[in-house]
Amino acid sequence: MTTFAPSSPPASAQSAPRPKIHGVLAEFHDPASLLHAAEKVREAGYRWWDCHTPFPVHGLDKAMGIQRTILPLLVFGAGLTGTTVGFILQAFTNATSISVWALVWVTGYPFLISGKPLISLPAFIPVMFELTILLAATSCVGLMLLLNGLPWLSHPLLANKRFLRATDDRFFIVIQSRDPRFFRSRTEDFLKGLGAKAVEAVEA
Amino acid sequence: MSAIPGNSRTGRLPGFEETDNTVDVPGQRASLVLHMDKFHQVTRQVCQVAESKRPPFAWYAAFVVSLSLVGLLGVCVNYLIFTGVGVWGLNNPVMWAFDITNFVFWVGIGHAGTLISAILFLFRQKWRTGINRFAEAMTIFAVICAGLFPGIHVGRVWLAYWLFPIPNQMEMWPQFRSPLLWDVFAVSTYFTVSLLFWYVGLIPDLATLRDRAKGTIQQFAYGLFSLGWRGSNRHWHRYERAYLLLAALSTPLVLSVHSVVSFDFAVSQLPGWHTTIFPPYFVAGAIFSGFAMVVTLAVPARQMFGLKDMITLRHLDNMNKIILVTGCMVGYAYSMEFFIAWYSGALYEKFAFLNRAFGQYWWAYWIMVSCNVITPQLFWFKRIRTSIPLMFALSLVVNIGMWFERFVIIVSSLANDFLPTSWDFFTPTWVDMGTMMGAFGLFGTLFLLFCRYLPMIAVAEVKATMPQADPHWEGWQHHGAGHGHAALASPETPHTPDAP
Repeated sequence: MTTFAPSSPPASAQSAPRPKIHGVLAEFHDPASLLHAAEKVREAGYRWWDCHTPFPVHGLDKAMGIQRTILPLLVFGAGLTGTTVGFILQAFTNATSISVWALVWVTGYPFLISGKPLISLPAFIPVMFELTILLAATSCVGLMLLLNGLPWLSHPLLANKRFLRATDDRFFIVIQSRDPRFFRSRTEDFLKGLGAKAVEAVEA
Repeated sequence: MSAIPGNSRTGRLPGFEETDNTVDVPGQRASLVLHMDKFHQVTRQVCQVAESKRPPFAWYAAFVVSLSLVGLLGVCVNYLIFTGVGVWGLNNPVMWAFDITNFVFWVGIGHAGTLISAILFLFRQKWRTGINRFAEAMTIFAVICAGLFPGIHVGRVWLAYWLFPIPNQMEMWPQFRSPLLWDVFAVSTYFTVSLLFWYVGLIPDLATLRDRAKGTIQQFAYGLFSLGWRGSNRHWHRYERAYLLLAALSTPLVLSVHSVVSFDFAVSQLPGWHTTIFPPYFVAGAIFSGFAMVVTLAVPARQMFGLKDMITLRHLDNMNKIILVTGCMVGYAYSMEFFIAWYSGALYEKFAFLNRAFGQYWWAYWIMVSCNVITPQLFWFKRIRTSIPLMFALSLVVNIGMWFERFVIIVSSLANDFLPTSWDFFTPTWVDMGTMMGAFGLFGTLFLLFCRYLPMIAVAEVKATMPQADPHWEGWQHHGAGHGHAALASPETPHTPDAP
């Protein structure tokens, strides 16, 4: 992060061998123009592209055509796992005397407390509930980061000086070079035509 | 935004002026961010605290005091561990006193943070964005302080791992039918989830600090913890979904935590503890005390770090209203306990409550009632709700009252139980007092460090609540999106987002 990639190469660099680029970045100064531009980029048929904003912009998901994430379903599964784990943990440790191998051999112990049934479900509910929440919440954060491909500290965009304001007050569209429709000069012109305040290449 | 009717400046002392944005104008949304219409101003306002070379003098003063109290805490805790719990004023029958009072007090403080971050989020209360970050930080530090007390009160601290179901050579397991064990799971889950919630909210703001950082250490530290966040909208999509899910998970969690804490008492047979009203009563009390603590922290913090334009009078007014409501709920619970004690006809129950009000701890009881029920009624008056010194004083009063509430519940019930022959009186020792003060010091130290090095206000969230954040905001329409007149680019164009 301390070294910054040079900003867009001069026009004379057309003939010289170009460095491999990550993609082309277009800067916008307000969410409205970004939203309109995003619609156009999507209509143009690009696939490997993204918007970068300091805060989630309302309506941008729809404009970009982002599919709903599968995250809630996975978190629901994690929550159910937590409930099950909570029940098995308590029933095994407090109501059985069987031995199980869990890294080491462990044996349950049937606790007889004031003549209550060994499997006293109402008393097990608080811990089952807490483990449901614990597993759901930790996997919610973990899976969110995993699906987002984070942490990724060495991303090419983070080395771009102009891009520093993506977390402040600027709005960016980045079309990646791996997109089948990507053709550097054409893509740059296309982005300029969308009302971008600045367009430049991002070094890979 | 002084153009908005109803917003006016009040206050006479220089540096202590307030913009009154509490007036509701029909057809207009009250502005949550004052005197700023550009996103960059918000970024700068919040980040300058962490970026300034040195914090204000008041910060140093508060830090020295807090850190000395942490030293006192260290002395008291070590003395306790090396000597034994006999250094506290505990006796038979009062085997729980300051330790558990402090535990319940601190867990309760934490609840306001989760209420602001989770419940107000689900209710789409946009004003929460000004205060949620440091309220969540407050939650985490309060739960750290809370966790300290059960940890050290067990006597043999080196065996505290017995609380968890860890396979061991003695084949010994915790007893899962005990509310004390539920508490272990509830509080540790609460801490973990609060920390995650707070951290997830921090990621975009840490990225902002990373991108503005000048020094190598700052770039490295903020860079590492922001996980390479780059504001990608595909990321925001999952991020927002995850945030919503965390809010939905934290809401029942926060209600369950203090319910489980109340089970520590309610599940026992002791008169004064064995009450079904405890779970909702404890949750209301927790939110009450927590909001008081948020006001206690917000008032000096916004003054010290110049954040009055984001933690506005409206935010404080809203919080004072919540203090009033929850204070009334707590008052209802106090009176309902008395009614049930009389209506049940249970001899011991009746005695327990009369003893609370007129027995050997009568003073504690009346401190509790006057601080928690009577003085918060002053918040019915708008003039008091919007007066900075008065709300600060009242929030301190509520903090004191809620500490005494826990003391009254725990100590007065234990000291005079069924058998008069076993009655006794609890007097705290210097170690009791020192540990209590020390916990405040620990809380203060952590909070001051947070204020200094992390964004105290959720920058990304505040920006998203500004009218300018809406792509369909009329300012953008007038200036014509994409026609070279982007409003944020030209600093001289004044914007009145609420203009007709």
